[in-house]
Amino acid sequence: MGKENRRAVFILMICLGIFPFFIRSDYYLSIMIFIGINAIIVMGLSLLMGYAGQISLGHAAFFGIGAYCSGVLTVKLGFSIFTAFFCGIFLSTIMAMAIAIPTLKLKGHYLAVATLGFGEIIYVIFNELLEITGGPSGLSGIPSIHFFGYSFKGGWRYFYLVWTVAILLLIFSLNIIHSRIGRALRAVHGSEVAAQAMGVNVSQFKIQVFVLSAIYASVAGTLYAHFVTFISPSTFSLFVSILLLMMVVIGGGGSIWGALLGAGILTVLPESLRAFRDFDILVYGIILMTILLFMPEGIFKGLTLSLIWMRKKW
Amino acid sequence: MVMPQPILETSRLRKIFGGLMAVVDLNFKVMPGQIKAIIGPNGAGKTTLFNIITGILPPTGGTIRFKGREISGEKPHRIAQKGISRTFQTVELFGNMTVLENVMVGRHVRTKKGLIQSGLRLPGVKREERLVLEMAQEKLEVVGLMRRANESASGIPLGEQKLLEIARALATDPQLLLLDEPAAGLNETEKLRIGEIIRKIRGSGITVLLVEHHMDLVMNISDEIVVLNYGEKVAEGTPEEVKGDEKVIDAYLGVEIRYA
Repeated sequence: MGKENRRAVFILMICLGIFPFFIRSDYYLSIMIFIGINAIIVMGLSLLMGYAGQISLGHAAFFGIGAYCSGVLTVKLGFSIFTAFFCGIFLSTIMAMAIAIPTLKLKGHYLAVATLGFGEIIYVIFNELLEITGGPSGLSGIPSIHFFGYSFKGGWRYFYLVWTVAILLLIFSLNIIHSRIGRALRAVHGSEVAAQAMGVNVSQFKIQVFVLSAIYASVAGTLYAHFVTFISPSTFSLFVSILLLMMVVIGGGGSIWGALLGAGILTVLPESLRAFRDFDILVYGIILMTILLFMPEGIFKGLTLSLIWMRKKW
Repeated sequence: MVMPQPILETSRLRKIFGGLMAVVDLNFKVMPGQIKAIIGPNGAGKTTLFNIITGILPPTGGTIRFKGREISGEKPHRIAQKGISRTFQTVELFGNMTVLENVMVGRHVRTKKGLIQSGLRLPGVKREERLVLEMAQEKLEVVGLMRRANESASGIPLGEQKLLEIARALATDPQLLLLDEPAAGLNETEKLRIGEIIRKIRGSGITVLLVEHHMDLVMNISDEIVVLNYGEKVAEGTPEEVKGDEKVIDAYLGVEIRYA
């Protein structure tokens, strides 16, 4: 994955590793946990948008499938956490394939439309299947995660769990980007016709990346369900899909690091805007617009460019 | 004596765009180890022919056989896999990647590590990646672009971009290489160099099918020439035969000589 990336992952691991030693407040730890969960989804989306050039408006649904599979199967059917987790991944994979195979063989943004519809369908299902999902009032009593008698209850334990998963997926994503698959995907961006002439099966890779991003979202869903122990449909609405997309755009599509940054910023921002009370949405909107106006390629690229500029100046 | 099997053979190949006949019942053969050129005025259907052979466009009728097997209607990536590679008339490089990476993409079709294997960086992936890198460097040497390896592909001069396209196509290990106007936009020295490189490629056992407007280059390096006009084959033969053909002079060469 390249020397620079390896160093960056190492630094990130150290920073995260020592974080709970300094910050003990459950509130800040839970924000960090939410950042980790969002980062997992956004990394997948970033691969999809930045590398396969496709937009999904339904990733909250895959997030929801992961969460509800874990929730329903453990609460109502007494499945083990592990089995429920893999059921979520399996179901997300099947759904993602069902959407991707017909739409990604076409050129153009059919995936965006298909995922928009899919997201709405799943949202309605969560709301209407009262006996199974608990409907709009949600599903509660989801057990917290424990492996072999070790419980991940408590802020810092869960923090380490979530971020271990996030870092593993980060390394996985970076490996993909710096492999023949990543090269092929970038080649498709550069010239689709030349990529095909070099033997790249364009639609196959688009489908694979979409399924992969759905799996990331499902994993995040499981982690979310077992952390908050209560889930309701509103967490998986179209608005959330768009928010996840915004994280990719704000961070900078086409860069996994940008995805992490975007997830971090857009998770923290609403929390830090509480001081503005009723005007928080307004301020939020202004901040987003300012970022996109001055850093249209995202904060990550924007910051890198300004660092280079500053180094030249001084 | 047994006649060797042609590496590429089209029969009654036809392509119609709306009311326009771009390729009309075209029959021609390319024998293994040849350098064969396709010439003809602009709009004669040369690039269309390349696009049909490489699967980018489906033919309206007729068949294409590669090493005796029918390939018409196959997807481009499948055709690349079978051993046909190409360059493009208007440079189609991956401008967002380096020179070396462009050639490494060419190796895609001969490598097979998938998404999960690559993501987990299983032991085989590293080895494959090293082989891809070595092979790409080797191909850059062939066209003399090694010193540009880490520059952005969109930043190098046109002449070198053309060479880079050839290196990228060679990285797919083709048996048949289609070159679409490799010398367009090049100066005299670059043209000579490309002629040498094409000979060198043939020398390594790769059959070359070439579309080119520069007659000096074509006459110099080709074993055989096919002349197209309005999608139809007007003549076919050695450079000498073609040069002397009345119809060819009318359709193409004559014009050039008169205005040259």
